Amino acid sequence: MIRFSHVHKSFAHTGAALADVSFQVNKGEFVFITGPSGAGKSTILRLCFFEERPTQGEVKVYGVSSATFRPPDVPRLRRRLGIIFQDFRLLEDRSVEANVAFALEVTGTPPSQIAPRVARLLLQVGLSAKATALPLELSGGEQQRVAIARALANDPVALVADEPTGNLDERATRGIFQLFRDINANGTAVLMATHDLDLVRRSGCRTIEINRGQVVFDSASDGGFRPSQPLKAMEGDA
Amino acid sequence: MRLAVREALLAVRRAPMLSALSITTIAFSLFAFSLFGLVALNIRNALRTVEDRVEIRAFVADGTGAEATGAALGDISAFPEAASVRLVTQSQALDRARRELGEFSDVFEEGILPASIEVRLKVGFRDPATVRAVAKRIEVYDFIDDIRFGEEWVEKLHRLRTIATLAGVALGLTFAIVAIIIIGSTIRMAVMARAREIAIMRLVGATNGFIRAPFLIEGVLKGTLGGLLALVLAWVALAIINRFVVQATFFDAWMGTVGVLAGASIGLAGSALSVGRHLRRV
Ligand SMILES: Nc1ncnc2c1ncn2[C@@H]1O[C@H](COP(=O)(O)OP(=O)(O)OP(=O)(O)O)[C@@H](O)[C@H]1O
Ligand SMILES: [Mg+2]
Repeated sequence: MIRFSHVHKSFAHTGAALADVSFQVNKGEFVFITGPSGAGKSTILRLCFFEERPTQGEVKVYGVSSATFRPPDVPRLRRRLGIIFQDFRLLEDRSVEANVAFALEVTGTPPSQIAPRVARLLLQVGLSAKATALPLELSGGEQQRVAIARALANDPVALVADEPTGNLDERATRGIFQLFRDINANGTAVLMATHDLDLVRRSGCRTIEINRGQVVFDSASDGGFRPSQPLKAMEGDA
Repeated sequence: MRLAVREALLAVRRAPMLSALSITTIAFSLFAFSLFGLVALNIRNALRTVEDRVEIRAFVADGTGAEATGAALGDISAFPEAASVRLVTQSQALDRARRELGEFSDVFEEGILPASIEVRLKVGFRDPATVRAVAKRIEVYDFIDDIRFGEEWVEKLHRLRTIATLAGVALGLTFAIVAIIIIGSTIRMAVMARAREIAIMRLVGATNGFIRAPFLIEGVLKGTLGGLLALVLAWVALAIINRFVVQATFFDAWMGTVGVLAGASIGLAGSALSVGRHLRRV
């Protein structure tokens, strides 16, 4: 599903951000990416949705390879991913339901299907009651739920979340995390960068730790959590 | 497409101040351009009427037979440069002189003024070189005594016209470039104001074409409205000038349409450029 093969990334002014990063996320997996600030977590996620290209090596996501992709592949890929950020990135001048509908309109969903889809998505994230509110009238946790509903709009195969609970308090964090678990239980892979080591430890999910642009620990290969299927059988998924 | 139109209208409605600002900016820069255009148009018209008087007069020697002059008249009419050719007989020349001189009409005696062939030239053949060349070709008839075409005057008129044209092109280009820059930057502002929205559209997988469409529609809309407003402003300005200063002509329907279309295309081009640049950058 997501595969990094010897990925290097350097930026013009800041130099190397990632060095020889290799890992694979399989269908339906839940994977945390942890590491100190500046380690390269966000860079890894941006590579996943092709906001950045690797300087060396290959990133392959849902069949789209950084080595061979063409520009129209990028929007097509992003429709298969749900992307979530710490700062929610909602359109603040549109209602909650309009924000979710936006993702469906953009991808050419027939208008008659949009309203029922939006209602179902809001139900799924527990925000049916606030459909007509504006984002700034909601709490941080609620805003993040709107962003998650939007990310789910096009039935993504994977969610890519960069510190989705970074701005939330303990309770809201737990709620959002539970939502991610539920989504994952329905078969959507989740790749989440986070600082919240407590959350990571308690969850028991696979964890990849990054430090100074390198993978220093991957619980899938260092004992602890193991993929439920042998890796060989899943090569074709990437 | 329908969605793009809706998004474009929504954008205008959400930022009414910015939209009004860009429409008026477009209108005023096109207005400045059209005022200039009106001046150029009227100068050209004025020069044209003066130029209509460019004329070659070939004086015919006394005692030339009607047959000879008639043949010459036919030849000259066939010149590609000739708009009209006519013969002014001795008595017609006298009549005209008497009419023009009024009370001094009796200073002329019958037969003192020569007959002449008067040739007017078509538009585009009134420059000194052409006039001179045509005069030369008429001079070859041996019954032509003398030929006149106000050489100095034609020369001056031509210089004036060249200066007017050059100044017109230079000023027109300057105005057009200023208008495009101003319009481009107001649309840049509209794009910047929606940078966040564009970023989100890209995240949820909107294609570049999809992102671009509402901006292009918005650009065309603003350009057209700006063009119409500019035309109205120019018309009002002209009405004031007509009333208090001089009679001047307005653009004809064709030029007006071209002007509004120009506004629409500048709006389209400005939008395409600024959105394109924005999409490439992020
Ligand atoms: N667009 C960019 N241009 C230049 N350098 C960048 C860019 N993005 C990231 N970097 C550099 O790459 C390195 C990794 O940054 P990244 O944002 O991936 O870290 P992070 O692990 O997400 O940190 P944090 O936990 O603080 O979010 C940093 O040194 C940063 O300066
Ligand atoms: Mg980060």
